[in-house]
Amino acid sequence: MRPMKVIVCVKQIPDPATPGALGADNTLKRDGKLILDESDSYGVEMALQLVDAAGGGEVSLVSMAPNSETSGLRTALAMGAAKGVLVSDPALQGSDALTTAKILAAAVNRLGGADLVIAATESSDGYTGTVPEQMAEVLGLPSVTFAKKISIDGGTLKADRQTEAGYDEVTCSLPALVSVTAGVVEPRYPSFKGIMAAKSKPVEEVTAADLGVTPVGWAGAGQTISGVAQAEARAAGEIIEDDGEAFGKIVAFLEGLKVI
Amino acid sequence: MGITNIWVFGQIANGAPTSGTLELVTKARSLGGTVSVWTGADGGAAAATLGEFGASKVCAVDYGSNLAGVAVASAMKAAIDAGDVPDLVMFPQTYEGRDVMARLSVKIDRTVLTNNIDIAASGDSVSVTTPIFGGNTLVTTSFTGSAPYLAAFRPKSFAPEAAGGAAAAVQSVSTPELGAIGGAKVVATHVEETSGPKLDEADIVVSGGRGLGESGKYEMVETLAKILKGAPGASRAIVDAGWVPYSYQVGQTGKVVKPSVYIAAGISGATQHMVGMKGSKNIIAINKDKEAPIFGVADLGIVGDVHKVLPKLIEALQAR
Repeated sequence: MRPMKVIVCVKQIPDPATPGALGADNTLKRDGKLILDESDSYGVEMALQLVDAAGGGEVSLVSMAPNSETSGLRTALAMGAAKGVLVSDPALQGSDALTTAKILAAAVNRLGGADLVIAATESSDGYTGTVPEQMAEVLGLPSVTFAKKISIDGGTLKADRQTEAGYDEVTCSLPALVSVTAGVVEPRYPSFKGIMAAKSKPVEEVTAADLGVTPVGWAGAGQTISGVAQAEARAAGEIIEDDGEAFGKIVAFLEGLKVI
Repeated sequence: MGITNIWVFGQIANGAPTSGTLELVTKARSLGGTVSVWTGADGGAAAATLGEFGASKVCAVDYGSNLAGVAVASAMKAAIDAGDVPDLVMFPQTYEGRDVMARLSVKIDRTVLTNNIDIAASGDSVSVTTPIFGGNTLVTTSFTGSAPYLAAFRPKSFAPEAAGGAAAAVQSVSTPELGAIGGAKVVATHVEETSGPKLDEADIVVSGGRGLGESGKYEMVETLAKILKGAPGASRAIVDAGWVPYSYQVGQTGKVVKPSVYIAAGISGATQHMVGMKGSKNIIAINKDKEAPIFGVADLGIVGDVHKVLPKLIEALQAR
């Protein structure tokens, strides 16, 4: 069998457990510690399994993050990826999804392309949800988005793709790009050995200029934020501790609404 | 100038436009100008309804076994190259909608603004409103540069309203030669049968989360939903854990629901979930942790164990 090259897009995001905040320019504050977006751990695992099934090959990573951040990349390297390209550049602040897709596509090309590019369906912080498909178009690749099951058989990708009503079985020629839903596989926990090995795996740091992508940041974004407001809060409701009879309160509430 | 030529990417299910499509056509009509709906080959059958809601033209793209994303975006690009340049293209925030808009954005090198709940046009300027941080904050973003502007909207952002227009004219559009990007083909379609009302249309939704403890306990949620003639839903946590299919998910990545009554059982209320259910008219929450964010939006909050409250509630309702 032919060795398989897979590249996974990984995003390093502020910890979703801490409340998000906007900076002075109304972009999401990303100055604290960043972690691997959990949504991307599924893609990393999928890539490792596909390379295993192919009998050999390599999983590489591409990421765009401020401040030379690599902690999330190291998590993916600890899981078993071999190397990565990190695009970190103050000029990228304010970049829209289209610019992000152009940058990540250029990073994929810097790694010499791949048989398969894998991304999550959307990130957990910005959730624009268009970057994978935009990358496919920039790279001139076919794509299967929202894949919940993937296998490769004789050089052809087979995937179950989520739809509103159920799912479609899709076949796709390689090279291709897929976006995978959470739960497509069970991500492994990095082993101690993996964590130690990850420290010395190569991560090349490049700028937008190195990749030849211009304009970027706010200059390249076809959008400007014109207002930020607080949404109208819901009126506070009645909160009670269950004393064993609280179910009666629910029954009375539903009766009041005339739904029972 | 102004916004005079608006395109809507529409979706047809069982011969009728989806409610999300009619929501966007209604809104597009209110912005003024002409409204063209781009659909698959089955769009012709929906021309009467689409016309009634304000569309004057249906561009029905015959894309066969190709995925809608590459095919419809390529057809739109061909029309733009031929001189029919829209000022605004509106997409539903659905699987197909996201694919089409992403492909088109690269083809015409324009930004896309997604996850919106509102749009305003004034002269040549178009701005959209997006909820962030679980809907606590609303961000208004204006497009810069030249049209076409591409924007996607969450389901139920606008109320669909018929305006009594004549049937839309149907134009059959063939898929341009796709080359390498057309390498993906649909070989089989599966519909997951569900009994009872659809999750995003049900008047009552009962959702379960991690607080249920184990997958077997989800049965209580299904039972309660059935008694109330509602639909069962789920948080992302238990969908990721494989307890229920993805189609049950309520939230940012799942369905947006706005029922009369939403019952959240064992759901803490992560941002991801709240975005999908905050618009419910009445919210009942049951959770052990009294600090859980879900209580911040609940009209009736029970601080208690779902394993104790739900069986008693089910029993009381069954006894009626």
